Amino acid sequence: MTQPSANGISAPATVLRGTTSPIKLLLKGRAFFALIAIIIAFSFLSPNYLTVSNLLIMSSHVAIYGILAIGMLVVILSGGIDLSVGSILALCGVVAGALMQGVELKPLGVILFPPVWAVVVLTCALGAALGALNGILIALFRVPAFVTTLGVMYMARGIALLQTNGLTYNNLAGRPELGNTGFDWLGFNRLFGVPISVLVLAALAVLTGLMLSRSSFGRWLYAAGGNENAADLSGVPVKRVKITVYTLSGILSAIAGLVLSSQLTSAGPTAGTTYELTAIAAVVIGGAALTGGRGTVRGTMLGAFVIGFLSDGLVIIGVSSYWQTVFTGAVIVLAVLMNTIQYGARGVRQ
Amino acid sequence: MSDAATSRQAGEVVLAARNIAKSYNGVRALKGVNFDIHRGQVTTLFGENGAGKSTLMKILSGVVQPTSGEIVLDGQPIVFSSSTDARNHGISIIHQELSLAPNLSVRDNIFMGREITGPTGVNYAEEERQVRKLLEELEEDIDPLTPVEELRLGQQQIVEIARALSVDSRILIMDEPTSALSATEVEVLFSVIRDLTAKGVSIVYISHHLEEALQITDHAVVLRDGNMTAYAPRADIDLEWIVRNMVGENYDLGNPPTGHEFGPVMLSVRDLTVPDPAGGGYNVVDRMSLDVRAGEIVCIYGLMGAGRTELLETVAGKLSATSGEIVLEGKEISHLAIGERIARGLALVPEDRQRYGLVQTMSVGQNLSLASILEFTRGIFTSVRLEQALIQKSIRDVTVKTDGPDVPIGSLSGGNQQKVVIGKMLATDPKVILLDEPSRGIDIGAKAEVFRILAHHAAAGQAVVFTTSEVNECLSIAHRIIIMRRGRISAEFTSDITKEKIMAASGEAVAA
Repeated sequence: MTQPSANGISAPATVLRGTTSPIKLLLKGRAFFALIAIIIAFSFLSPNYLTVSNLLIMSSHVAIYGILAIGMLVVILSGGIDLSVGSILALCGVVAGALMQGVELKPLGVILFPPVWAVVVLTCALGAALGALNGILIALFRVPAFVTTLGVMYMARGIALLQTNGLTYNNLAGRPELGNTGFDWLGFNRLFGVPISVLVLAALAVLTGLMLSRSSFGRWLYAAGGNENAADLSGVPVKRVKITVYTLSGILSAIAGLVLSSQLTSAGPTAGTTYELTAIAAVVIGGAALTGGRGTVRGTMLGAFVIGFLSDGLVIIGVSSYWQTVFTGAVIVLAVLMNTIQYGARGVRQ
Repeated sequence: MSDAATSRQAGEVVLAARNIAKSYNGVRALKGVNFDIHRGQVTTLFGENGAGKSTLMKILSGVVQPTSGEIVLDGQPIVFSSSTDARNHGISIIHQELSLAPNLSVRDNIFMGREITGPTGVNYAEEERQVRKLLEELEEDIDPLTPVEELRLGQQQIVEIARALSVDSRILIMDEPTSALSATEVEVLFSVIRDLTAKGVSIVYISHHLEEALQITDHAVVLRDGNMTAYAPRADIDLEWIVRNMVGENYDLGNPPTGHEFGPVMLSVRDLTVPDPAGGGYNVVDRMSLDVRAGEIVCIYGLMGAGRTELLETVAGKLSATSGEIVLEGKEISHLAIGERIARGLALVPEDRQRYGLVQTMSVGQNLSLASILEFTRGIFTSVRLEQALIQKSIRDVTVKTDGPDVPIGSLSGGNQQKVVIGKMLATDPKVILLDEPSRGIDIGAKAEVFRILAHHAAAGQAVVFTTSEVNECLSIAHRIIIMRRGRISAEFTSDITKEKIMAASGEAVAA
């Protein structure tokens, strides 16, 4: 007869439209103001914090989480979750490492050393395949996203450990005579003084932002996450959207894996453990709703920088890493609390 | 009301509604209702969908509070803070959608939330003994330890009644209790009701099966558009009286558009069979055939469960048929996905706009353009200019009252939300538009506007098919009226037919 649920969301949403009141403005731009507050606070506590070189170093740390968080954002927008990103990152890193060490083809008696570009392409393809596996299980076989990606998280981690027998590939530099040098470019080089990893993050963020705001796929994604049934009946290919977002998340995990191995000049099977949780935290701090349909790349980037700049800042002023964990947790809870206030009860339902 | 004085002779008044009014989001669902419930008697609420029956029941059972007016219990004004509060005063409600936990046993359901506990935890033996006694009184042979999901719907209804009786309810509200029951189960239910009234329990009964309700009721309350149009004891009323008061004399939604010729057959459904999507093992649509021509408005009338929704959802591509053909403009479309059917010119406006129609996280404009995204996509990007043009045209076309396309969809009234859902599908420029209960839950003014939009589009050569549970809507704007009953067409009329004949063909006015 009537629509009590509509009443429930309309009131807070309408209130927030008017950005005249300073409190509402503060609530709307909370991730931005939090980042500013963090930078100001640490600048007072340490003279080294607010320097160009430190900001760039911190940004290169943020890059890994940021890339994962972009993938997590598109998945969360669809109403899902992807717990497998940390493990896919590790597996892709390890496979990239193995490819750099050379692939031995026993029957032919040769060892192939693929060039770096081929390593990058193959690694991304692996990430895409694992992501697509997630997406197909979730969209076509209706396995809950949480369970599917939890399973793939364990499997990918296990395969990474099997691949290296628990060890780490250390020399990824390649050799000039084999023509496969350049792997460290991603992690170490700078373009106009900016680390490549930060540029990669920026490029991915801009591309994803355009996709979300301007492409028809972006609109499909917001609709499918906001109300899957309504989107379906409006002709949105919901299943294709879901498979695509998990595939994207897989590719972005692979890219993050490449960047991380390059930064560390080594590829280990235990890399990226619990990174999926950091990525989820960045998305949530950025104001996205875990129920789907709400969230932006800009918010997620701010979320990633809040987490990264906070934990690096704590390191710089010499606070114990145990305290960092406590602070990060508090920020996440605070962020979800704010989301709840902004979206009304809807944000936390289900 | 003047009836109040006379009714005192009939039996002691236990519960009375005094000027009860209720508004939701600016829509007035009830506009001042007065009636009495007498001890040991059955009072039936009659009214079409949207007349305010459910709202009234929710108020009587404490689920919602009235905007104004009061409830008088045993002569004392009272405010129920919750349904639990109402239950503590002896008022229980049995909803149309049963509120049982299917995984729990009959015993656990009956004592849900008020388990009998002793020093060793829940006293299951005592609970079971009481449940057996209750079910014996109801003459129903159900083992208290059976999980509810294994019971037939009729038996589940009995379990709900047993639960209400187990808390010593003096007033029992039943919302469409017979809609899912077989004829024999209805007989059992009626004998239970007679036993209950003999013991002094008062029953408030709601049903669309008018004759069935007349068999059991002592008083009739008729609602129309939130107003109480009549209140009388059984002796003074008959079927014709109820229908007249339910439907109203001067209730005009317009007329079927005339002055245009019907074009060729746009949609042709042949021998369509659809199995029950809930896995009931029967066919909700049973070898049904239907042709709709360009410019024609076809109304499908039927009771709940007649298969109307499933028919439309299958044609639109949400459900799949086991056999039969769906032909749009001479081309078979059964194998196409929903989006492809929309692109070919077939659009469905679903019944439940909150669950299937709107994306609540999006703005009014984004909802309006949702089904036409590819229309304003150029290359890989959407064109803001083309989208805005489309949205502005839609807002004008379906006359949505909004503060602009960027406000949240939830800020609109129910009628305007419905117009957005309709506008979204009309924006795809369909050749055939299907609407499932387009007037559900919107007020009379919005209803008239919705039907004016449909008439306009039919006159422009689009084929329109809509379903309704309100006879008047069929009569006012449809060129052709199809009555569905148990998945088949039971009758087909032109618009000069009477209400009574339509109701008879649907099985509504005749006891099943």
